[in-house]
Amino acid sequence: MLKELRPALVMVAAMTVLTGLAYPLTVTGLAQIAFPWQAKGSLIESGGQVVGSALIGQSFTGPAYVWGRPSATVATDPADPTKTVSAPYNAASSGGSNLAPSSQALIDGVTQAVATIRAAHPDQTGPVPVDLVTASSSGLDPDISPAAALWQAGRIAQVRHAPVEDVKALMIRHIEGRLLGILGEPRVNVLRLNLALDERWPMK
Amino acid sequence: MDANGILQILIFIALIVGLTPILGGFMSRLFSGERVLLTPVLAPVERGLYRLGGIDPAAEQHWSRYALSLLAFNLAGAVLLYSLQRLQGVLPLNPAEMGAVPPDLAFNTAISFITNTNWQSYGGETTMSHLVQMAGLTVQNFVSAATGIAVAVALIRGFARHNARAIGNFYVDLTRAVLYLLLPICMVGAMILVWQGVPQTLLASVDVNTLEGIKQTIAQGPVASQMMIKHLGTNGGGFFNVNASHPFENPTALVNLIHMVSILAIGAGLTNSFGRMVGDTRQGWALFGAMGTLFVLGITVTYWAEAQGNPAMAALGIDPTLAGSLEGKEVRFGIALSSLFAVVTTAASCGAVNAMHDSLMPLAGMVPLINMMLGEIVIGGVGAGFYGIIIFVIHTMFIAGLMVGRTPEYLGKKIEAKEVKLAVMATLIFPVSALGLGAVALLGGSAAIPAGGPHGLSELLYAYVSATANNGSAFAGFGANTVLHNSLLAFAMLLGRFIVIIPALAIAGALAAKKTVPASVGTFPSHGGLFVGLLTSVILVVGGLTFFPVLALGPIVEHLMLAAGILF
Repeated sequence: MLKELRPALVMVAAMTVLTGLAYPLTVTGLAQIAFPWQAKGSLIESGGQVVGSALIGQSFTGPAYVWGRPSATVATDPADPTKTVSAPYNAASSGGSNLAPSSQALIDGVTQAVATIRAAHPDQTGPVPVDLVTASSSGLDPDISPAAALWQAGRIAQVRHAPVEDVKALMIRHIEGRLLGILGEPRVNVLRLNLALDERWPMK
Repeated sequence: MDANGILQILIFIALIVGLTPILGGFMSRLFSGERVLLTPVLAPVERGLYRLGGIDPAAEQHWSRYALSLLAFNLAGAVLLYSLQRLQGVLPLNPAEMGAVPPDLAFNTAISFITNTNWQSYGGETTMSHLVQMAGLTVQNFVSAATGIAVAVALIRGFARHNARAIGNFYVDLTRAVLYLLLPICMVGAMILVWQGVPQTLLASVDVNTLEGIKQTIAQGPVASQMMIKHLGTNGGGFFNVNASHPFENPTALVNLIHMVSILAIGAGLTNSFGRMVGDTRQGWALFGAMGTLFVLGITVTYWAEAQGNPAMAALGIDPTLAGSLEGKEVRFGIALSSLFAVVTTAASCGAVNAMHDSLMPLAGMVPLINMMLGEIVIGGVGAGFYGIIIFVIHTMFIAGLMVGRTPEYLGKKIEAKEVKLAVMATLIFPVSALGLGAVALLGGSAAIPAGGPHGLSELLYAYVSATANNGSAFAGFGANTVLHNSLLAFAMLLGRFIVIIPALAIAGALAAKKTVPASVGTFPSHGGLFVGLLTSVILVVGGLTFFPVLALGPIVEHLMLAAGILF
């Protein structure tokens, strides 16, 4: 039995150095040289300030912005550390709703979201795009479907005093297609689109 | 289900089929001790490791010694990982200043990672320091995968050899798997991931001011290096709480494809290595065929069930053109890629997720559950899937032998009482652990179940099946981070890992010692459609008889009640 001890301990230690330190640190070093922007989190600057990551969704509730998906992330309740409170797009603690398809709470939440979104878009009479009323898996989904962006064009145009056709044209330019036309789903990055809206039709 | 979705699934299957002979050939050369691509560079490192450990690479081991080395190595790894977690507060590389991980959680996590399960009772970004993620978790991602590969290779040698006493050297198999196979692929893969947007930094987080003027703290870290091995090694433990649905773990469709291909590549390749090492590649393709049949069945049901959408949402005025429910899914993956990932990750023992399985439609969520219940032999975890399906091959040959009243044989080896008993033991441990421990947990720990109605049973069942199958995915609403569940789940992971590995090695030893009998007219050929059909049926019948009752009480009744408009 003792004869088994040395190879076991030495190999665990050696593998720790090799795969646990040398491998990730080498990748870190190479990544910082080859792809520094991505390696640091794809951060976007605007007006000299970091305003977010291109890959991480953020909460938009103002009438001038395109809204993203509902987010089920939570944060520790400042009043009681044993509890959590809703904190949409908390990028320090990702999470989905994990509600069952047969959950009353899920259906109530979606019903509520449909009502809210309809009230904010009186110009839309058609059905609501499903991604605008269901929470994403990560709670940090940076994208919405092209249909969900275009659905909001009327509201944006009105608030920003812009022609609705121009707003739609800007949105269509922000559609990222499928990889090679096949893989993934067409989508619109909400943060990038909102930055473009601010640039084209500033609010101040 | 739309044409593009089906096309994406077919492309994925084609990639796996294409990679199988390439990786299979590479691994059969590697584990036969031949020179491979990186031998000139890495051979000195390999020799250095053996010298340090006092290992004689030419000394092959009897199966019992092989098992002993494996257990000693895994025990040492578990102790180190437990200690790192308990001490992370005083160790370096802890930029977010995480405190010590509580004992029950540290125990659960240590067992979880040495058994290649990567069940996570915690959220990565809120619990573990960078040191633990790298020097603890990433290390076990490599070596638990290499352990599985080693067992598979030892079992292959059992068939390939005759009148032999030894089945290889554990440390040689382990070292070669890590050095020549896992590390090089991960180095290249990780760089592609970073290029696509997966972060790789030693900083804990960045604070940004959002467009609406809110402070957002964005957690990050050395993500890319862990992503690559967690999929290639079918480990599945995420850097972040939501695993591969987090945009930093899985930012694009290309990364998603790399993840999915990595999960199945080595497991599929091992069937081909098997064929080559026993001198008949058709034998490998026959196993691949049985696995592939079950895979296609699984993805068809899941994708179909998801594409139907949630009937309870039908009346709410939601646009049906984006088919299906997107609750718990990401826009960039949609229904097709979320369904495919769920089937891939549970076909293998990976357990990474790109959508929340808890929110899948009842029948769609049932397929991952069934994949795990069958013992993850649909390609399976690296190594584990191979020795898992060989267990079923032994059952199949035994039943075929009973039908014609002849001693069963497979690849010239007579399958006798000893091998059948060992195979039955490896098969029975699954329901004993998943259903037995699950029942105990239901009595004492039902407070952890958030959902009402049949879905609540599914949540608890999924946890215990996932732990026993060493998968690690979850119906993540289940509140597993309690002393009771952390302990019981750790026990389930140990049973599901080592009470399969030890019988598998014993079978390898018994087979290696046998002489090879030449095939005769009475031999049941194990490379044709009849064998594939029989093997697939045996897998489905054994799994069905064991688990149908509990599936009927969980996802099936939930599906029927949801269709009838009953919510909980």
